[in-house]
Amino acid sequence: MAIRLGSSWNALQLRATRQWYLGRALRRRKQVKPDRLRTKKIARDDILCFVTQRNERIRLPYFLDYYRNLGVNHFLIVDNDSDDGSAGYLRKQRDVSLWHAKGSYKAARFGMDWINWLLFRYGTGHWCLTVDPDELLVYPHCDTRPLQALVQWMDASKLKAFPAMLLDMYPKGRIGDQPYREGQNPLDIASCFDPANYMIHKNGLYGNLWIQGGPRARSFFGRTPDLAPALNKVPLVRWQRPYVYVSSTHMALPRSLNQVYDEDGGERISGALLHTKFLSTFIAKSTEEMERGEHYANSQEYRAYNAGLQNDMILYHPESREIEDWRQLQDLGLISQGNWA
Amino acid sequence: MSEGVNLGVVFLCHNELEVAAAMVRIWHDGGASVAIHVDQRTDEDAYQQMQNALADLDRIVWVDRHKCDWGMFSMVEATQAAAQALLDGFSDVSHVFVASGACLPLRPVAELCDYLRRHPRVDFIESVSARDVGWTIGGLNIERFEHYFPFSWRKRRALFDLTVQLQRKLNIRRRMPRGLVPHLGSQWWCLTRETLYAILTDPRRSEFERYFRWSWIPDESYFQTLTRRHSTRIESRTLTLSKFDFQGRPYTFYGDHQEMLTVSRCFVARKIWPGAQELMNGFPKDLGPEHIGDEPDPGRIDRLIASTVARRQLGRPGLYMQSRFPKKDRENGKTAGRYAVLQGFTDLFPDFEEWLQARVDADVHGHLFDRHSVEFLGRQRVGPGGIPAFPECRDYDPHGFLTSLIRIADREQVFQFSPRDTQDMNWFMVTDPNAVIRVVTGAWVVPLMHSDMPFDDIRNIAARLQHTELEQLKIMRSVWVKADIEIWELADFVARPAAILQRVVRDLTPGSWPLYDQPPPLRDLDQLGRFLQRLRNAGLQPRLMGGFPATRSEEEWNV
Repeated sequence: MAIRLGSSWNALQLRATRQWYLGRALRRRKQVKPDRLRTKKIARDDILCFVTQRNERIRLPYFLDYYRNLGVNHFLIVDNDSDDGSAGYLRKQRDVSLWHAKGSYKAARFGMDWINWLLFRYGTGHWCLTVDPDELLVYPHCDTRPLQALVQWMDASKLKAFPAMLLDMYPKGRIGDQPYREGQNPLDIASCFDPANYMIHKNGLYGNLWIQGGPRARSFFGRTPDLAPALNKVPLVRWQRPYVYVSSTHMALPRSLNQVYDEDGGERISGALLHTKFLSTFIAKSTEEMERGEHYANSQEYRAYNAGLQNDMILYHPESREIEDWRQLQDLGLISQGNWA
Repeated sequence: MSEGVNLGVVFLCHNELEVAAAMVRIWHDGGASVAIHVDQRTDEDAYQQMQNALADLDRIVWVDRHKCDWGMFSMVEATQAAAQALLDGFSDVSHVFVASGACLPLRPVAELCDYLRRHPRVDFIESVSARDVGWTIGGLNIERFEHYFPFSWRKRRALFDLTVQLQRKLNIRRRMPRGLVPHLGSQWWCLTRETLYAILTDPRRSEFERYFRWSWIPDESYFQTLTRRHSTRIESRTLTLSKFDFQGRPYTFYGDHQEMLTVSRCFVARKIWPGAQELMNGFPKDLGPEHIGDEPDPGRIDRLIASTVARRQLGRPGLYMQSRFPKKDRENGKTAGRYAVLQGFTDLFPDFEEWLQARVDADVHGHLFDRHSVEFLGRQRVGPGGIPAFPECRDYDPHGFLTSLIRIADREQVFQFSPRDTQDMNWFMVTDPNAVIRVVTGAWVVPLMHSDMPFDDIRNIAARLQHTELEQLKIMRSVWVKADIEIWELADFVARPAAILQRVVRDLTPGSWPLYDQPPPLRDLDQLGRFLQRLRNAGLQPRLMGGFPATRSEEEWNV
């Protein structure tokens, strides 16, 4: 009896949390001003991609093409005060709807209030992919099957959320050595990742797994692993109006969206978001971001990077692996095809 | 078209009508007559479009549309209507094959006809007695026939479950019509005209229908049962390659299965993903005259699906990741491979690690769980798989640390352990069948004896370590032990160190240990008896070392 009371208290609490986050997003909807909308083009079964971006002009061409090739039909992008011409570039793309947000990234819960509003308004009933411009999605069979095949299989299997952990990618040498050119595949430069140093805890309240580790934990948070950035994400969800992302796309509510893992020994399907943050563009960016103080935990992460950058940050280690394809990630146990033969 | 065999196809579809139209064309162009049934719920415009797209075909007939619900009798009615239309409309049809919009002919239709010609008067229909369990995947077996199923399982799950439970409780049992034996099987069958005609014109048809109308998933039992009544020769298998996953949902084939589907030599495969353009373009595939007589052999696809099912249900042993995070004791393999934990050896042999490394085919680490450092092989700052040597990281998730290390390493992992180390993983290792644990109890006292700390501190540390090791032994002697454990007392061990070391090395790498090999240099133990006596004198009873005479040094002193 006590247990049941406790769990229904939890459920009430989570419901309140979810409604609070949703309320925040709705109250702040005016911050997101339409710039160039093409949302009328969105068809019934389209896969939508939601992005917040700031000064990522150089990454955008490859980013958009990558996801177009996977099968994303429409991009819904919030531009947060860019001054590098990215808004102009995005306006010209025929499958992009663009919004402009002037407010503080941090005050909008790192952009999540804006995205939650757009998801609420446009995402319902669609498969929605929420990613950053430096994240490239890899899923089982992604070399031969488009996203449509994945989401139709998920629909048939009654699955509504697809997990994809963040896999930090980095170059073989020093971070700044190879400059990134527009349109280039960032994985040509940032081709390495850590294969097996991920720390996993279960979050009892939200029901998600909390994954930390990788090169950032190894290089900057060795003595304080509990502060290392979270890597678990649920970026692809068949969206419904009551849904809400709680902390970036790390966690969502209701809880069932986070329960994407099997607890009886089996494997469910999962993918990875290849995080190509550590390119030559990172050095300028990290200085700027630290000064703006607009990132998570008082930009503690960026402070650590900057300390690392003093002596030419190298994340590479002989134990690093070079990325080949999704099968390699599956063999390493980072992703799984689950039941999708 | 082969002589004597004219194929008729009952074609059922409800969505993706463009793809379905392409499939109809494949059947028709191969010489088959097609009776098309489109679910009445399907959009009228799409239906019109399909009719227009197929307007130029002359051997097709459009069947009156029924509303079809999965698992309900309406599916049987649609099949019956289409079959009737085929028999009525095409008097030359000799065999009737059931296909859907997601069934793709892999081989030319003529090869299928040829196969049927070589098996005259055979009904290809999977038909398994429902009394012998085994055909269904999940769900009900014989109960399908014994209860009433008025509600759709898909749409009214709660009502469905409730009615089943009620009937179980009230012991309501339906009686099978006289003369019928319930059989189950795939709904994708191929019957001869004679058998099908006999089923459709059975004088007791309305009685059978009344019965099957209320049973569950009659499309997998109606024809399968009645064929047993009318057929002269049943080949109980389906010519359609159709696989189900562990939850009973059909597997879908994609473009990357093309090669596997080709070598399967099956005639028809389902389900085909409607977007798999490669499959639509690549099939039906004619491999030339010498392959016309090939027997279907879906072995490779069976193996692929068996391995996928195993991955979904059992997973890979020792893997902990974002979509596999088993609860305790549900791991199906706590770790991915064998590993060895050696306790006490480094306390006795200062050069033990190097000595052992030269003799075993394994990575010999130091104390991985040392409180102050993670002693990877070669004392690397980053270990295998990029695991950092920070003890904070290890202690933050010790399970992940150990299981990742074992899973990523190519060779067996061997590491040293001691009551001085962190003890978080004791239960885990002791209950893991992959662990090989070798312990020399009380060996921790030797470095203490040789240390130059004040004796009071030594005594306190000894008390703590002894307490820890006693706790360890309690775990290692519990009834839940799964690991391969051997334990020696210190006194036993030093009485014959070479023989025991030989056993340890041999257990790690069978076959090694040359005859002339020497054990590594042992630390000086002469004063041990006296040292233990001093501990006793300080009020601490040493319980783990075995017998070391306390008086030996006094004897010498007395001489």
